Amino acid sequence: MSLADRPLWQLLLVRWREMRREPGVLFWVFGFPILLAISLGLAFRNRPPEVQPIAVVEGAGAESAAAAVDAVEGLKAARVDAAAALEMLRSGKALLVLEPGREGEPPRFTLDPSRPGSRLAEIAVRDALEHARDPASRLAAREEVVTAPGRRYIDFLLPGLLGMNLMSGGVWGVGWALVVMRTRKLLKRFAATPMRRGDLLLSFMLFRVVISLVEAAFLILFGILAFGLWPRGSWLDVAALVALSALAFGGVGLLVSSRAQNSQTAAGLMNFVTMPMFLLSGVFFAADNFPGWMQPVVRALPLTALNDALRAIVLDGAALASTWPQLAVLSGWGALGFGLALKIFRWI
Amino acid sequence: MAEGTPAILVRGLVKRFPELTAVDGLDLEVRAGECFGLLGPNGAGKTTTIEILEGLQRATAGSVELLGLPWEGHAEELRGRIGIQLQETELYDKLSVRETVALFRSFYPRRLEVADVLAQVDLVEKQDAWVEKLSGGQKQRLAIACALVSDPELFFLDEPTTGLDPAARRSLWEIVDRLRARGRTIVLTTHYMEEAEKLCDRIALLRKGKVIALGTPRELIARLGADEIIEVGSEPHLPAELFSAIPGVAACLPDPGGYRLSVKGIHETLPRVIDALRQRGARPSRLATRTATLDDVFVELTGTSIGAEEAAAEQAADAKSAKGWRAKKREGAR
Repeated sequence: MSLADRPLWQLLLVRWREMRREPGVLFWVFGFPILLAISLGLAFRNRPPEVQPIAVVEGAGAESAAAAVDAVEGLKAARVDAAAALEMLRSGKALLVLEPGREGEPPRFTLDPSRPGSRLAEIAVRDALEHARDPASRLAAREEVVTAPGRRYIDFLLPGLLGMNLMSGGVWGVGWALVVMRTRKLLKRFAATPMRRGDLLLSFMLFRVVISLVEAAFLILFGILAFGLWPRGSWLDVAALVALSALAFGGVGLLVSSRAQNSQTAAGLMNFVTMPMFLLSGVFFAADNFPGWMQPVVRALPLTALNDALRAIVLDGAALASTWPQLAVLSGWGALGFGLALKIFRWI
Repeated sequence: MAEGTPAILVRGLVKRFPELTAVDGLDLEVRAGECFGLLGPNGAGKTTTIEILEGLQRATAGSVELLGLPWEGHAEELRGRIGIQLQETELYDKLSVRETVALFRSFYPRRLEVADVLAQVDLVEKQDAWVEKLSGGQKQRLAIACALVSDPELFFLDEPTTGLDPAARRSLWEIVDRLRARGRTIVLTTHYMEEAEKLCDRIALLRKGKVIALGTPRELIARLGADEIIEVGSEPHLPAELFSAIPGVAACLPDPGGYRLSVKGIHETLPRVIDALRQRGARPSRLATRTATLDDVFVELTGTSIGAEEAAAEQAADAKSAKGWRAKKREGAR
């Protein structure tokens, strides 16, 4: 029997043809994650720290106070009258208002402590004024600035984006297509043939593995070219992890779509499943930030497992085997999804 | 299959859904090599019956044997030996005709060449066209090609011509005729009486899940005890007894424009009908004659026409739920 006569091969060809002939699908699979990475990359690219203005009230001592403020890296003095200074504080244009005060009088700070950075600015300005008065008062310290690949925000973000993309691709790519087939009565038509039912589900899973690998390669290549982020771990380990995650999310997609009779129900269910993972699974910030009582739930989510394992391999150069708890979570979801879906799947 | 084994044998078939009984004690025997029609209005249980025969739905009670085999324990074999066209399947829009047939071909142990199948349904020229570019008739022929590709012994066609224009319907009839000529057994459902008369060797009339008449089209029409129909309406309206008393009138049933008279010997009966009107001083508002059809059999048996029965069933269905495909089907049928 030639390959072209095999049901599984024909079913895989259908997946491929449907994707290739629907330009919108190509965008969502490849274009969207790249666009997302580019826009987030622009938002978080390495740029000099912003200079924050400090309102210095005109009057005696203003000149030397302003000079002291300007000497602090990241701060800049704006010399204005008292009313204007308060207005700058109120509107958020200044972190802090400084009234230098006459000779012998202590300087006065006006600030809103709830505003991020204003306390730090006060301390820095206080230190600068003290230093201006007594140059010997400063503690000598060395400063090291971190910009090396692997420790920036974008490095944390990119594996998260890849994980997120693999999740929505798996759940939607598998689930949506199956529900469409059900509403078009194609599943019913297939059920009336001697086709092995597992073959159809398997074709979806296998195709998802292939597409996930291509998607991952795309995003990793983008990370290398745009941000110089070379994965530190082995490429083979990354590929194996991505393939396993495709089976896990494909299984979830299969499960979600196994009973839904129309596309609205299916869309609702898929959002219900993917939304919590977008928020809880450490895509944009570390999942460790959630309180301890939530951690068992957060850790059991397949996307958390994938993100943790991806970051370990890509950023820390960990070996695949060392991420076994995450691999176990992913395998569990894949087996649960596929096994349960086969039992409850609605063909008619 | 032993000589003389019926292609399909159904005994005491019942299918109950929570809110209705779709099939209510149905017996059928379809002989090998015949084209058998299941006729009836929407809601008569045609599709439920055919889907139970196809192994897609489970019966609540009763027995079904296809080609001498029950579904239990023989599902895979039976699926390989029957060909199916479902009423509402939409195939993949983005696959070509040839790719679609090749896909279905791969599922079967016994296969015809794709090119041969496309020739049988006159789709050779469209073989590279995407399904979404096909007309309704071409899509329906493709659906039949997907059933043909395993060279099945038994075909199920569920309303194959519903919603098609007359030319497309005729080309589908030709395909069914060719299958009959090759000795294949065919079960088809339709609500077009003329289609059943033209294609079927035998017909079962279904109503509310039961067979109310069974026989060849000629036999069924002969049961009317009449060959022709006179449709008459008058101004002013006259009582039915006046017409049923006329010699030669076998039956008089009310219909929307007046009465539908089943008559024998129309050349003698028609003048009597006109005389009867004249004697009462009535003017005919409508007067038409035609040969009897299966629809008249349905009217005779049920007291209502298939169209009226359908309108009522659809109203009930619409009231229950706004199911889009029913409305679409109705549009297409008109």
